[in-house]
Amino acid sequence: MKEILEGSHAVAEATRLCRPEVIAAYPITPQTHIVEALAQMVADCRLQSEYICVESEFSALSACLGASAAGSRTYSATTSQGLALMFEVCFNVAGMRLPIVMTIANRAMSAPLSIWNDQQDSIALRDSGWIQLYAEDNQEALDLHILAYRVCEDHDILLPAFVCFDGFILTHTYEPVDMPTQEEVDAYLPAFNPYQRLDAKDPISFGMYATPDYYLEFRYENQRAMLRAKDAISKYGALFGEQFGRDYSGLIEGYKLEDAEIALIAMGSICGTIKDAIDEMRADGKKVGLLKIRCYRPFPDEEIASALSHIKTVAVLDKNISLGSKGAVALEVKDALYGSSIDVYDYILGLGGRDIRKKDIKAIVDLAEKGSGDMFYGLREELL
Amino acid sequence: MVDKTLELFECGHRACGGCGASSAVRMILKGAGENTIVVSPTGCLEVFSTPYPETAWKVPWIHSLFENASAVASGIEASLKRQGRKEKIIIIGGDGATVDIGMLCLSGAFERNHDITYICYDNEAYMNTGIQRSGATPFDASTTTSPAGSCSMGNKHQKKDVPAILAAHGAPYVATATMAYPTDLMKKVETAVNTPGACYIQVHAPCCTGWGFDGSKTIEVGKLAVETGLWVNYEMMNGIVKKAKKVKRKPVEEYLSVQKRFRHLFKPQKNDAEIAKIQAIADANAEKFGIDL
Ligand SMILES: Cc1ncc(C[n+]2csc(CCOP(=O)(O)OP(=O)(O)O)c2C)c(N)n1
Ligand code: SF4
Ligand SMILES: [Mg+2]
Repeated sequence: MKEILEGSHAVAEATRLCRPEVIAAYPITPQTHIVEALAQMVADCRLQSEYICVESEFSALSACLGASAAGSRTYSATTSQGLALMFEVCFNVAGMRLPIVMTIANRAMSAPLSIWNDQQDSIALRDSGWIQLYAEDNQEALDLHILAYRVCEDHDILLPAFVCFDGFILTHTYEPVDMPTQEEVDAYLPAFNPYQRLDAKDPISFGMYATPDYYLEFRYENQRAMLRAKDAISKYGALFGEQFGRDYSGLIEGYKLEDAEIALIAMGSICGTIKDAIDEMRADGKKVGLLKIRCYRPFPDEEIASALSHIKTVAVLDKNISLGSKGAVALEVKDALYGSSIDVYDYILGLGGRDIRKKDIKAIVDLAEKGSGDMFYGLREELL
Repeated sequence: MVDKTLELFECGHRACGGCGASSAVRMILKGAGENTIVVSPTGCLEVFSTPYPETAWKVPWIHSLFENASAVASGIEASLKRQGRKEKIIIIGGDGATVDIGMLCLSGAFERNHDITYICYDNEAYMNTGIQRSGATPFDASTTTSPAGSCSMGNKHQKKDVPAILAAHGAPYVATATMAYPTDLMKKVETAVNTPGACYIQVHAPCCTGWGFDGSKTIEVGKLAVETGLWVNYEMMNGIVKKAKKVKRKPVEEYLSVQKRFRHLFKPQKNDAEIAKIQAIADANAEKFGIDL
């Protein structure tokens, strides 16, 4: 059924439809509307969940870890400073192979303090072993939660996932969304069936320590599961398409890419602006296309290389920076295209909520055409 | 009543011979019984009991991090509630994990009053990382980060009173115990796991390696702590002290002089003024809990 919902409420409704048995979260802008909505659903008995009002994000994810190990489907949501406080637990959850799904309402990292959007927070956790999915709009944000649980809980995968959507730009924006019914989601997402659980009738030890004789193999298994997740996302993304009419079989998505000469690469809500800019540039005769990265972890390197084989120039739009190096997306795109003759330029932009308009996208295409890139875009020179 | 003949903490783990904590854990599980899930933070116990692929635990056990055991247990409790399961949940963690780095999670879990029992095995320092001081290290104890020296008498602070802090959270049952009195310890664990809500027990657990005494003397050292009044075994119901073990008190010197961590109080010459300060701590304990026979 089509409804006009705020992004946060669309995500909260999607979460409810996934029937998490334990929710633990701590409020932080711009994630608050999600956890408030879930609390209200529990208060109204629309959602049968244990909702733990923890005293920090660190405890939120730790409580999810315990609940997941005990055999429950769990959910949390956070952003920025909250995610940073979870840093240690994030690695731990992934290493213990617990399929927790967590929404990230992407926001900049302090200092300076900023409540506005960029993607530095989730990018900083790229090595933690969580699947990372990025939504372009609220429909996709809603859908990716349902998909994420399906992928993560597969016994061949058993990994946690971030579903990332841009703070304020999506969380606080009303858009029409197609909300599935409970029956539809139940048909797609079976009840949680833990691979192992804490159980007095069948005692096992979780989270033991590994000497150098064992540790390397644990990490290797984690990496293998991550790589298997590519196929699982494609498989369950296609299944999602069959059941709900919206196909997510691709880890990446092209827009007017087939005959393009210049490709823009981006993640998240900026892709909507880029598509509009592309339509206008196409009308002016410029052959520009978009490669949207929906899944950043596992990184779709082969998929990107094959989608760009005909492209001359690539402009990567990074809403993050690995300080002292480059934008995290560009770094990996360059790695994926290593050995090709494609020129890849990196543009760091939109940090801390700086607005990106269609004319900025066009300006970036002009810069890339001139061979000018690997730069911060949109700096206010008068402040420097 | 649980079957106390069951051995739920297997021998053959890697603790030092004479480790007070390992004996305490054996007794704790006898008190808690088979139908128990254990959460342990990082520390000696975790390391000596679970080197992959070996485990000493015959009950389900989970370790996540150093400072989050109470939060992990909160999640387990919520999950069991949702599933309608009835296992007891106990946390067994070191003093560092409990009174220092885990304080935030501990406070949160007790405020929410989850149905859990938190048991701190108190060996009075960070032993796993090499005997550094914690908030539970006693006054004047020499540790590797509060060493005695020509201008230092060791640890400058008194033990943080975590039982009182948790009682102030409204914990229905708070107790102290020692591995040197195993029957008392088992009984208190049984009481705690059968009391609804978040309960706390702090267990004196002498560490031969960190305190500097022979591993065959662990029980004696543990008893001396109680007999000198430096450790008081008591129970608090809803914040009120109900029972404190009475003793015919011995001078604190008898406890201090058998441990290398207090050696600087006796060598090169005896420091009566400093020992008097520790005697005053024992006297204050005796007064507060009315333990003198
Ligand atoms: C966040 C973090 N900081 C520090 C450490 C290092 N560390 C591991 S165990 C430990 C001390 C444990 O002390 P305690 O809780 O008293 O247990 P014990 O080893 O004495 O039994 C420390 C400092 C860690 N694992 N994690
Ligand atoms: S160092 Fe102390 S607490 Fe750790 S195993 Fe040895 S005796 Fe036990
Ligand atoms: Mg200790």
